Amino acid sequence: MNSALASVIESLKETFLNSIKDVKEFRGEATLFIPKRDVLKICGYLKDEQEFTFLADLTAVDYLKVKLPRYEVVYHVHRFGDDFEGNVRVRLKAEVSEDELRIDSVTSVWSGANWLEREVYDMFGIEFSGHPNLKRILMPEDYEPFPLRKDFDVRDRKASKESFERALKDGLD
Amino acid sequence: MERVELISNETHQVQDGMRTETLMLNMGPQHPATHGVLRVVLHLDGEVVVKAVPHVGYLHRGIEKLCEHITYQQCLPYTDRMDYLASICNNIGFILTVEKLLGIEEDVPERAKTAEVLLFELGRIESHLVGIGTNALDLGAMSAFLYCFKERERIYDVLETVCGARLTTSYPRVGGLPLDLPDNFEEVVTNFIEIFPKTLAEIDKLLTRNRIWIERTKGVAVISGEDAIDLGLTGPALRGSGVPYDVRKAMPYLGYENYDFEVPIASDGDAYSRYLCRLEEMNQSLLIIKQALSNLPDGPYIADLPDIVLPEKELTYTRMESLIRHFVLVYEGFKPPEEEIQHAVENPKGELSYYLVSDGSGQPYRMRVRGPSFVNLQALSQMTEGSLVADVIAAIGSLDIVLGEIDR
Repeated sequence: MNSALASVIESLKETFLNSIKDVKEFRGEATLFIPKRDVLKICGYLKDEQEFTFLADLTAVDYLKVKLPRYEVVYHVHRFGDDFEGNVRVRLKAEVSEDELRIDSVTSVWSGANWLEREVYDMFGIEFSGHPNLKRILMPEDYEPFPLRKDFDVRDRKASKESFERALKDGLD
Repeated sequence: MERVELISNETHQVQDGMRTETLMLNMGPQHPATHGVLRVVLHLDGEVVVKAVPHVGYLHRGIEKLCEHITYQQCLPYTDRMDYLASICNNIGFILTVEKLLGIEEDVPERAKTAEVLLFELGRIESHLVGIGTNALDLGAMSAFLYCFKERERIYDVLETVCGARLTTSYPRVGGLPLDLPDNFEEVVTNFIEIFPKTLAEIDKLLTRNRIWIERTKGVAVISGEDAIDLGLTGPALRGSGVPYDVRKAMPYLGYENYDFEVPIASDGDAYSRYLCRLEEMNQSLLIIKQALSNLPDGPYIADLPDIVLPEKELTYTRMESLIRHFVLVYEGFKPPEEEIQHAVENPKGELSYYLVSDGSGQPYRMRVRGPSFVNLQALSQMTEGSLVADVIAAIGSLDIVLGEIDR
């Protein structure tokens, strides 16, 4: 871990005393586990105080039968710098349980999160409170299952057939 | 159904006793200027765009889901089908991510790394040629398009010599190159290096000071540097707004820190700035290709890692042990540690990053692709609000999106 990354994690730990649950390091990348109620606060702090102006990626992972809570929403945030050392990237992970599939939207912090959060909603069914336009983005709007969930049945073509038939019927009006 | 809703939501104004309303126009999904199956719903007040809403997903194939059921090496051909205008760049990006996950970057021989840099930059030129060419074609400049596509064929010839495929390359392997570079590799690349500057000069002459081109692109689809960062833009779309972020400099991979090149930026944030960035980037790529070719070392082309790399074909046919190893690697695949990794590369269109979660088995537990086009297209609404319909075409062209990557 380079020194810039370490100092960011240090300052996060100081500012949010009980929020940073765990820090993991692997091949120079740092992963911070944060509770989902603090997502907006921590992201806002990172952007405003630590100059993490660029949201590099936002996605989710389904850990069905691997661990609980079932889902993790993953943020990759980036700070621009003049050189190799100055560019810092941190991975934040917030756990989302199956009973409450909801997490705060970070669109107010980075507007680029808009489509990324829509994709997570589309693929996993995780809702983002405060999102301006939470609709499906890649799948048809009336499609029901969530394809990237681990219990999605890849052989089941029923849902797509139904939505195709609905689309045909709509066209008749 | 949606159409009715959209119209009824608009405010109707009364002017001189006549009711006016904004017109909703579907641009695409089948439209020659949307570069694939992109649908943009335009809300028009006369010829002025009130709102432009892109709808994507027509090409969705579920690559991320598909990759959860196959081995890491089998994922490679799927990455071709994302940004198919620079498939070699997607391939190399994916391979680098897996190599980082396995922790074998140090074992990959220099010859493979240098060749990958060379091919990566060829991919960048290839993509920028299409980007500039089609952008110009959409705005009516047919000849620039023809020059660009003629040159792209030459790059395809180089790729064909190296890996046998022209468009969907699926080329490097985890650990290096599947075969050594062909004997005439140096010759075909040198040939390209000699011819390409002339074409570049021709494109430059055709467009850079072309009055029609300037009027159609200057001050069109403007986005400020601050907004561009906020929206997560990367690549020429970000550098055209004056932000000098390039993954090759910021987080170097493949030894890019040892190459001598500049990252061109332009400050106006309009379609013309993005064009200038792409043009100069091709020049810089050519410099990198020259350096890589002159520094191409001899020696092994793939790492000596029996647990990860397939044995040589001849040994597979003649030795029992190699045959067994071959079977195990093909059926089960290599098994990375139970960890997760993200790796970014500077694709021609922006930052492409892969996020891999491994559960210790031979198949990725989760593969996430952050394609630059997907994020960049978000900026379209903001860029085109208040502009003319014709400028939407210029905006889409200047963002240089590819729908295969947006929809994945």
